[in-house]
Amino acid sequence: MKKSVHIALTMLAALGVGACGGGNSPAGTGSSSSTIKAAWIYVGPTADHGWTQAHDEGRKYVEQQLGSAVQTTFKENVPEGPQVAQVVEDLIRDGNKIIFGTSFGFQDAMYTEAQKHPDIKFEQATGTKTASNMGEYFGAAEDADYLTGMALGAASKKGKIGFVAPFPIPEVIREINAISLGAQVTHPGATVQVVWTNTWFDPTKEKQAAESLLGRGVDAIGQGQDSPATGDAAKAKGIPWSGYDSDQSSYAPDVWLTGTVYHWGPYYTRQVKAVKDGTWKSDNYYGSIGDAMIGLAPFGKSVPASVQTQITNKMDALKNGSFYEFTGPLKDQSGAVHVPAGKKLTVDELYAMDWFVQGVIGSPKGG
Amino acid sequence: MNNTILVVIAASAISYGTPLLFAALGELLAERSGVLNLGVEGMMLMGAVSGFWAVQTIGGPGWVVLLVAVLVAALVAAATSLIHAVLTISLRASQIVSGLALTIFAGASGLSSYVGHVASLGGQPARHEFAAIDVLGLKDLPIIGPILLHQNALTYLSWALVAVALFYLYRTRPGLHLRAVGESPATADAMGVNVTVYRYVHVMLGGALAGIGGAFFSLAITPGWLDGMTSGAGWIAIALVIFAFWRPELALVGAYLFGAFSSLGFTLQTRQVHLPPEVFSSLPYLMTIVVLVLVSTGWARQRLGAPASLGVPYVREER
Repeated sequence: MKKSVHIALTMLAALGVGACGGGNSPAGTGSSSSTIKAAWIYVGPTADHGWTQAHDEGRKYVEQQLGSAVQTTFKENVPEGPQVAQVVEDLIRDGNKIIFGTSFGFQDAMYTEAQKHPDIKFEQATGTKTASNMGEYFGAAEDADYLTGMALGAASKKGKIGFVAPFPIPEVIREINAISLGAQVTHPGATVQVVWTNTWFDPTKEKQAAESLLGRGVDAIGQGQDSPATGDAAKAKGIPWSGYDSDQSSYAPDVWLTGTVYHWGPYYTRQVKAVKDGTWKSDNYYGSIGDAMIGLAPFGKSVPASVQTQITNKMDALKNGSFYEFTGPLKDQSGAVHVPAGKKLTVDELYAMDWFVQGVIGSPKGG
Repeated sequence: MNNTILVVIAASAISYGTPLLFAALGELLAERSGVLNLGVEGMMLMGAVSGFWAVQTIGGPGWVVLLVAVLVAALVAAATSLIHAVLTISLRASQIVSGLALTIFAGASGLSSYVGHVASLGGQPARHEFAAIDVLGLKDLPIIGPILLHQNALTYLSWALVAVALFYLYRTRPGLHLRAVGESPATADAMGVNVTVYRYVHVMLGGALAGIGGAFFSLAITPGWLDGMTSGAGWIAIALVIFAFWRPELALVGAYLFGAFSSLGFTLQTRQVHLPPEVFSSLPYLMTIVVLVLVSTGWARQRLGAPASLGVPYVREER
């Protein structure tokens, strides 16, 4: 009896230790003085077919571009919480000189760590806090979101569009507003109903949220989530669907419209190279569809050629600056004018956006 | 009419309750033999990953592949449960410790994620999946159409299994023996029932059903593989067995109740009912705690049918 308990306990202990490892180091461990170590922290798995995958493709792009001059590492599935600081400490101990945090919830821990380690460069995606050794970067996803909205509006017969949204924070609110404005171009009077999942990545919940919208009779559906689970729900009902982060068309090709995609690679390459050359400066970089940090995924076969042309023309206007989606007059949900005619929202205003445009159903404060 | 709130909730209760039902039925059989297995979550994840692996690897017509995938999931999870069986039945280790070890070993960030990683299953769209079947073309029938006549094959299988389990437990000799083993293994032994064999078989049956429950996630709910994709369903299933007083028909009711809770928050949100999301994500666990408190009294255990020898290793007197 005693012996068997002992076996079980030993097994438990062994497993406990085994369960702790979560990181991956795809490159070798040897490093020379001419090699710079760069690390990425991801909130989801690298194969999420969404947000994290887009960042990881950026990391691989850096490896391709800089070759043996760089050695990259990533930590995936890092929860937004106290663990972030520990992960950062580990990465610094391993000799990483620049660390990219790729989820909004990493920001506070990244900032605290940046204060502690002035010789290490920190780069935080989608946040707002900067320091002399911490920069921020993001892309104006709203440019492509607006175009995605046009595709959704055109695909919806009743003008009832659903949107599966993660957290009620400015970047997501921006996305929903841009999609709504775009949808109202191709389908005047279209509404966008929002359901908050309060998670970036939980396919089961994302699917349930999508189903709850389909149960309300929406006939086109978009998402700001990191997985393509919304597409699963849309496919089952044959409802047109727009994705986010990466080209997710392979999940439900028949109902796929398009989606906002990110190309992080060129930015990452510039920043890693700058650290290596000693020219890195703290910045709050806001890429756009104009500098190709943001793009539109290939259209699905259900998008008619005329709609494709309409969207492509609008994309050209966005690129050459003759059109900007957040230009007044913009009305809020109550119908009151929130942005006066002719005024363009500034980046600071975009980063503080906490209101929905007219036509959005749901609360910008969350579920 | 089929978009009214109750129909939507009922249909999703069945969709998301089915994996709980499979796992709970399995755990129920194991516990009826007197073995508590807390490794359900780990076994479900092994089923999920191996079932998805099979779907991506095996060639042939869709339905054959899916059938084989379910069998693979059941076999792999049953093999996983064998660890628990050996430790607790033959070596008489603590069932609690062994079960927990199994979940840590096989579960999220354990063997299942290792397998998923090695076979690079993450991020692959499923080649085949269990889609909802339009039974007799009646899916649009008012109310019962979306609820009962538009589910997938595994859901219908789970209904059949409830009936089989009921018949087995209460109408057959092996079922009677099983209950005897769980209530009083010494008596069963004296009757000539092989306690060890009964316990092994039912722990492994429990593993197989947990595996199918896990495969329901990777082949039906969100076809694909993700680390820890069952996200605690195994634990809910264990609570469900108690909630159901160790009776298959009540496990069905409980599974759908918990299934309903899992998506109720979103359904209410689309109806402009705003409650803190934490309320809904914690509801199944809250209910479980309440039920556990209720049944933890000795009176309730006796009245509600907990197998009397649950958790106790069986040692023959002469040994």
